[in-house]
Amino acid sequence: MNHDITRASAAELADALGRKEISAVEVTQAHLDRIAAVDGAVHSYLHVDAHGALEAAREVDDRRAAGDDELHVMAGVPIAVKDVMTTKGLPTTCGSRILEGWIPPYDATLVTKLRAAGMPILGKTNMDEFAMGSSTEHSAYGPSRNPWDLDRIPGGSGGGSSSVIASFQAPLAIGTDTGGSIRQPAAVTGTVGTKPTYGGVSRYGLVALASSLDQAGPCARTVLDTALLHAVIGGYDPRDSTSIHAPVPQVVRAAQRADVSGMRIGVVKQLTGEGYQAGVQQRFDEAVALLVDAGAQVVEVDCPNFQYALAAYYLILPSEASSNLAKFDAMRYGLRVGPDGIPDPSAEQVMAASRDAGFGDEVKRRIILGTYALSSGYYDAYYGQAQKVRRLIAQDFDRAFAQADVLVSPTAPTTAFRVGEKLDDVMAMYLNDVATIPANLAGIPGMSVPSGLAPEDGLPTGLQILAPAMADDRLYAVGAALERALHAKWGGPLLANAPELPTAATKEA
Amino acid sequence: MSDAPVSYAPSGGPDEVCSYEDTVAAYDPVLGLEVHVELGTKTKMFCGCPTEFGADPNTQVCPVCLGLPGALPVVNETGVESAIKIGLALNCEIATWCRFARKNYFYPDMPKNFQTSQYDEPIAFNGWLDVLLEDGSTYRVPIERAHMEEDTGKSTHVGGATGRIHGADYSLVDYNRAGIPLIEIVTKPMTGVGDRAPEIAKAYVGALRDLLRALGVSDVKMEQGSLRCDANVSLRAKVGDDPGSEAQQEVPLGTRTETKNVNSLRSVERAVRYEMTRHAAVLSAGQTIVQETRHWHEDTGVTTSGRVKSDAEDYRYFPEPDLVPIAPDREWVERLRASLPEPPAQRRRRLQETWGFSDLEMRDVVNAGAVELIEATVAAGATPAGARKWWGGELARRANADGRDLGDMGVTPAAIAQLDGLVQSGRLNDSMARQVLDGVLAGEGMPLHVADARGLAVVQDDGALTEAVNTVLAANPDLVDKIRAGKVQAAGALIGQVMKATKGQADAAKVRQLIMDTVAPEQG
Repeated sequence: MNHDITRASAAELADALGRKEISAVEVTQAHLDRIAAVDGAVHSYLHVDAHGALEAAREVDDRRAAGDDELHVMAGVPIAVKDVMTTKGLPTTCGSRILEGWIPPYDATLVTKLRAAGMPILGKTNMDEFAMGSSTEHSAYGPSRNPWDLDRIPGGSGGGSSSVIASFQAPLAIGTDTGGSIRQPAAVTGTVGTKPTYGGVSRYGLVALASSLDQAGPCARTVLDTALLHAVIGGYDPRDSTSIHAPVPQVVRAAQRADVSGMRIGVVKQLTGEGYQAGVQQRFDEAVALLVDAGAQVVEVDCPNFQYALAAYYLILPSEASSNLAKFDAMRYGLRVGPDGIPDPSAEQVMAASRDAGFGDEVKRRIILGTYALSSGYYDAYYGQAQKVRRLIAQDFDRAFAQADVLVSPTAPTTAFRVGEKLDDVMAMYLNDVATIPANLAGIPGMSVPSGLAPEDGLPTGLQILAPAMADDRLYAVGAALERALHAKWGGPLLANAPELPTAATKEA
Repeated sequence: MSDAPVSYAPSGGPDEVCSYEDTVAAYDPVLGLEVHVELGTKTKMFCGCPTEFGADPNTQVCPVCLGLPGALPVVNETGVESAIKIGLALNCEIATWCRFARKNYFYPDMPKNFQTSQYDEPIAFNGWLDVLLEDGSTYRVPIERAHMEEDTGKSTHVGGATGRIHGADYSLVDYNRAGIPLIEIVTKPMTGVGDRAPEIAKAYVGALRDLLRALGVSDVKMEQGSLRCDANVSLRAKVGDDPGSEAQQEVPLGTRTETKNVNSLRSVERAVRYEMTRHAAVLSAGQTIVQETRHWHEDTGVTTSGRVKSDAEDYRYFPEPDLVPIAPDREWVERLRASLPEPPAQRRRRLQETWGFSDLEMRDVVNAGAVELIEATVAAGATPAGARKWWGGELARRANADGRDLGDMGVTPAAIAQLDGLVQSGRLNDSMARQVLDGVLAGEGMPLHVADARGLAVVQDDGALTEAVNTVLAANPDLVDKIRAGKVQAAGALIGQVMKATKGQADAAKVRQLIMDTVAPEQG
C-alpha cells in the first residue's frame, strides 16, 4: 500500500483494513487531517462531520477487533457524499440558501447502505445549487476549485465530489448525474465517475432536480474503486418505484478482468470533431487506439437525433425541476423570510419572498423556463415535443447498440475552464454537457475515465463510455482496460502529475 | 380538492333567486357531480402511514406524505384495487395502462405543492349508475371517469369571521390527511333531469354511498368528510315539456357554477335547488352566469361566490416521473369483477320479491336503513313481515327519537327473531311483545327470558278463562241479549271486559270464541 494513506486507493485501504495493518480510525483521521490542510484552498466540502466519521470508524475497529466476520469488505473506507443526498442528523443544503440549516430526519437509501457497510461519512460535498450547473459556480456557498489549477472549475454540478477525490480529501465520493454531473467533473479533474443505469441506484433521499433524469453514482480515482462503490450503493429499493428489480451488474468482476478482447466499440459520429478542443480530441483518438491494441474492434455509429438532445433536455429538466422545487415554500422547513414593507404578510407573500431570497439566478431561470414549458397551450409544443425527441434518442441508442457493445466519445468538449469564464454565457455553460446528456435522456449507464492531459493546457481530459441499460459491467471492462493501458503508458496514475496543493500550514508560513 | 390560490370576489348582499316553480317552467337544468371518496385502506396512497381518523394532528406523517426533500412515492396496491372495484361497480371500462400526473399549484396544506392525481389517463372511465327515484322510476347517471389521487392536509384558519383563510389571524395545518387515497368520481353532464334535478342529485349521491359501502372500500361518512360532493349546475332554455326530448338536447349548455363541499345528502338537494333558482334569477334579469366556484352555507341554505375560474388557472399537469405506469392485469380485473357484491339496487329488488313487500314497504325499510337487519332477522327464523314490523316500525321509531342508528339499539336480529317467534306461537300478544322489547332494550336478556321473568304470557288455561267469561256474561245480561238478537258486534265490549279482568293476558280470539260458544252455541 501507498505510504500516504490519503494517496491509497479504496481497494488498497479495504485490503489493509481487512488485514488489520491499519485501523479505520487512522484512515479516517488521515483524511480529516488532509481536509484541514487543503480544503481551505479547494473548498470541496460544505460540511465536515469529523465526530460522526470517527465514531463510525471506531465502531468498525471495535467490530473487527471482536472478530465480527460480517463486516463489509469496504468497512472503514471513508467517503464523501454530495450534499444533494439526505443524511439523518447532517445538514443537507443542495448548495442552496433555501435549505440552509435544514437537518433531514432520514437517510437516503444510498446513505443507509453506506452506513450499513461501515463506511465513515467524512462530510457533504459542494455542488451547483440543486445540481444546476457545470462548474459549482452556482453554489450559494461559493465555488469549489480544480486541484489541477485552483483558478479553474472542478466541473459541475458534482465539482465538490470530483475535487474531493482529486485532492485526496476522500478516496471515494457519491455524485449525482442528471445531465453529466458525475462524468463531466470526473473528466476535468482526472478522476473516474459512473452514472449507473437509471433505476440502478435508489433515488430515495436524492433531492430531485429532474426525477426522470437523476441518477446517483460512484466517484473515485480508479475504475476498480468506482466499481467497489457501485456495488455497495446499487440494487433494488422498494422505496423507489423507478428502481430496477434486478441484481446489480457484475461491475467489480468486470473491472478486475479489464477484458475488451472481441468487444465492438462504437465511436459516435455526432460526439466528436467539431466543437471539441484539439487536445481533448487527440487524447480521445489515442485512447481508442489503445483499446484496439487491447483487442477491441472500432466501428463508427450514427446517432442523428443527438443534435436535438440539448434542446430536449433543457425543456424536460426545467419542467420537472419547476415542479420538484415547488415544495420549497418556507411553510415546513428551510429558509423563511417575510416580504419587505408588508406588516402582516399572507402565506403566499411569505412563499414568494422566501423563494426569491432562497433561490439563486440559475434556479430561478430554470423554474421560469419549466413553468412556461408546462403551461397550457405550450405543453405540446415544448414538453410534448421534447418527450418525442427523447424517444428518438433512445431509438438511436438501440440502433447503435445493435452495431456496438459500448459507445465512446470525449466526456466534455473542453478541459476545465477558468472560474468566471462562462458564468455570463448560459449557452456556453450548457454546451459542456452536450456529450453526456443523451445517456440521461435514454436512461443508459455512462462512465468517464481519464484519457490524459491536453497538450495545449496540461489539463485532464476524459473519455466517456456508454452501454445499454443494465449492462453497466461493460463500462467497467472498457474503463479498466483503458486505465491499465494508460497507466502503463504514463508509468502510473494521471493524478500523480497533479501539482501539490498549498496546505493550511504552508499558507500560514 | 383544496382551493387553489385564491382571488376572492367581494362579498355583496344576498343573491336574488327565482321561485323553484318559475325556474323549472323556464329553464332546463343540467347537472354534473364530482364526488371524492376517501378509501378505507389501512395506509396512505403513497406511503405506509396509517389513515385512522381523529388522531392528534401531524402524528400520522412521514418524509413521503410531508413531501420532505428526497422522499419518493410508492403506489398502494390496495388503493388501486379499490379504484378498479369502484370502476367495475360503476360499469366503467378499466384502463389497460394508465399513469399518475402532477397537478401543480401552491397551497400550504399541500406538502409538495403539487397533488399526485390522474389527468388524461384515469384508471376507470365511461360507465353508468342506475338511481332509483321516489316515484319508483330509474335515472341512469352517466359516469365520465373515476380516478385515483391523494388527499391534501387540512387547514384550520383561526380568527376572522368566515373561518376561511381570508381574514384569518393565523392558520394551522394537519398533514395526517395528506396522502390519504381518494377516488374522484365524475359524472358526464346529467341531462333530461328536468324539475327532478335536486332529487336526482341527492339520489345519485345516496346510491353511490350505498354502492361504496357495499363494496367495503370506504366508510363513506359524509360528516367526517370521507365522502364529499361538488355540484355543478347550469341552466339552459327549456324546449317543450319533455326534458329528455331531442329538441331539448340540442340546446347548448349554459355556463356552470361549481358548488364545493356539499357534505350531506340533504345539502346536495338543497344546494342544487338553490343554485338553480339563483341562476334563473340572473338569467331572467338578462345577465350572464359567471363561471366560478361557490361555497355552500349549510346554516343559511345559500351559496356565495368563491373564486372565479379564469384562464389564468393552469395546473401544468404532466406525467408523474416518480411513479411507473399502472397496467392492471386483465386476469386481476376479472377476478375483482367476479368478487363484486350484488349491486345494492339489484339486491333490493331481489329481497323485496323474496320478502313479498310492497314498493312502499320496501322504500320505508330502505330509508330506515333496516335492509341488512331484516335480512339477518329472517335468516334467524323470523317471518319477513314480523321482521319488518319490528325493525321498520317500533325500533325505527325509537331509534329516530333517540337519534341513534338502528344497528346501535342494543338489540340483535336473533332477539327480534325470537320475539317474533313468541308472537307467532301465540305466547305473546302485541302489547306483551312490546313490554318484552322494553325489557330486552333495558338489558334484561333475550325475549324468552324477559317474558318468563316478567310473567308475560297469553292465558291459555280454559278453566280460568271460562270462569272470567262467565262472570262478565252474568254481569252484562243486556249485552248478552243483544248478541242473541244478532248484534254480534256487541261482543267487543264483553271481550274488552274479559281482557281487563285477565290483565290483558288472555288471547282475545280465544275469549271471543268462548263468549260466542256460551251465548249463541247454535251459531257456532
